[in-house]
Amino acid sequence: MAKRINRRNFIQSAGAVTAAGVIGMPGLALGAGKKVVVVGGGTGGATAAKYLKRADPAIEVTLIEPNKTYYTCYLSNVYVIGGGKGIESIAHSYDGLAKHGVKVVHDYVTGIDAAAKKVTTKGGATIEYDRCIVSPGIDFKWESTPGYDEAASGTIAHAWKAGPQTAMLRKQLEEMKDGGTFLLAPPPNPFRCPPGPYERASQVAAYFKKHKPKSKVLILDPKGKFSKFGLFKQAWGKLYGFKEGSDEGMIVWRGTPKGSDDNKIVKVDVAGKSIETGFGSEKGDVLNIIPAQKAGKIAFAAGLTKGDWCPVNLRTFESTIHKDIYVIGDSAAAKGLPKSGYAANSEAKVAAAAVAASLNGKDAPVPAYVNTCYSIAGPGYGFSVAAVYRLKEDGSKVQKVSGGLTPSDASKSTLASEETYAHSWYKNITSDIFG
Amino acid sequence: MVIKTIAGALLVAGLAFGISNAALADKKMAPKTLMGASAQALSDTCAGCHGTDGASGGPGTPTIGGLSKAYFVELMKGFKSGDIPGTIMGRIAKGYSDEEIEKIASHFSGLKFVPAKQAFDAAKAKKGAKTHEKYCEKCHSDGGTNTEDDTGRLAGQWTHYLQSTMADFISGKRDMTRKMKKRVMKLHKKGGDAAFDELMNYYASQQ
Repeated sequence: MAKRINRRNFIQSAGAVTAAGVIGMPGLALGAGKKVVVVGGGTGGATAAKYLKRADPAIEVTLIEPNKTYYTCYLSNVYVIGGGKGIESIAHSYDGLAKHGVKVVHDYVTGIDAAAKKVTTKGGATIEYDRCIVSPGIDFKWESTPGYDEAASGTIAHAWKAGPQTAMLRKQLEEMKDGGTFLLAPPPNPFRCPPGPYERASQVAAYFKKHKPKSKVLILDPKGKFSKFGLFKQAWGKLYGFKEGSDEGMIVWRGTPKGSDDNKIVKVDVAGKSIETGFGSEKGDVLNIIPAQKAGKIAFAAGLTKGDWCPVNLRTFESTIHKDIYVIGDSAAAKGLPKSGYAANSEAKVAAAAVAASLNGKDAPVPAYVNTCYSIAGPGYGFSVAAVYRLKEDGSKVQKVSGGLTPSDASKSTLASEETYAHSWYKNITSDIFG
Repeated sequence: MVIKTIAGALLVAGLAFGISNAALADKKMAPKTLMGASAQALSDTCAGCHGTDGASGGPGTPTIGGLSKAYFVELMKGFKSGDIPGTIMGRIAKGYSDEEIEKIASHFSGLKFVPAKQAFDAAKAKKGAKTHEKYCEKCHSDGGTNTEDDTGRLAGQWTHYLQSTMADFISGKRDMTRKMKKRVMKLHKKGGDAAFDELMNYYASQQ
């Protein structure tokens, strides 16, 4: 069980410091007003914890995360699902954060009392805070996939929270016979990692092309287009014989025009491995269903949501509902920023700087945000989208000021370079978060 | 009324006839955005690709912490104008004002350069050291560790990055100073790709 952190423990430790060092100062004054609790140790939360310590080492940072190992969603398609490297290749521990002086508690936050400024956990702890940063990622809207629910995800993967789900999907693909069909149902907007489902389709196709060349990837998409649309279609055409509007190639994409329900899920038959859509029914050998999404559970429990997501002040990421609570990452309604790992990392730094400033009685600094996102469509074939953003003066939106996609006429060597940069990106962003 | 520019003509036409010109409207109505982010805030956004404090874990993305300020500015302005080829940096550099580029450059130039931990061939490195001494040391002094001449950092930089940068120089995609061009081309003619491979191994060996 996680160690209880309560006021008594805190006073004891603060007292110990006083006795050893600053004689004559009241014990509480040392740490008073500088306690931050970070809820969730994913990309947003872990970055925020590290960067809070970098901004002001005097801030007492406690990160609460149920899992001892974090598996990144980014690169899970490439390393695990397509590459077969196992989930160790996307695993990260919290040891690095501890070295920065972050107190990591493995427990599950069940409630946040915004008035009393306390966080309660499943393990029975009550932890006080001066500022709280909430980064709970996503939760699924199971009602969007009738027939497919949390229990069914034990046999049909969503693999949209990385870890055992990712491993299960890879195993099923390995066990599938050549000539089988991988049936992928991406979610409707907005969702975590907009190009992710399409990179996944690409990576499964790359695996099939090498090991099971008679197999198919069939995508039943509730949308009419998606992130990096042109680049993916071009790559699929070059690598996997894709022809838009045709069932010929290895990858077949069926979209849904506006106003239609063509490829929206009506019902999932888990035992029969089939998906019924507004258009018809499709059977697969391996299914991957990614339900519609909303903010993580604690965001709802703490009353931080409006609709599916958490409204925030975009300069600081402080909740516009509850004072002194900040929401970052996929759960935040960060108008203008995508729900990507890089954006979560960037938002975390903005929030950490804002929290450090506010704890030191300073104004919120001017924010800077960047997003950089790579996709690997096959061996030697990478592309990216990037953007630099600034906050609009009226605070209404995070405005893109430059950026864009890999050009559609990029040379082979450029695409190969981008693949190399994608791997470098992974090394650097994960060390920036956890290292 | 004399209209001096095409843009002016379009603007007047737009106003007169109520026609909206998308490009003009964009420019005219471009939202005012908040400027004045600190060097730290601006630079922290780079870490996701270039590593915390610009110390890259490689292999493709270069380490940028500890580069010379002038060289950093030259690179960013080159990416911004398109003079320096790249994949993603051209798209990103355009998002920063020259003043911001100065700020970011100051920040990273003040940080410690962390040499890359990467594999190298010791025998090639030994040969490369001699080549360096003969062709490169004059500007990239102290074995390529010194950037006081506002040169790029060679020793300890990621090999993949040095290779692709050198390929851009040799193919003419990226301009070299006259001094550098003379030496690079002489070495290329004399030693070919093997000589550059040895050089890269030498720089990789400096950890």
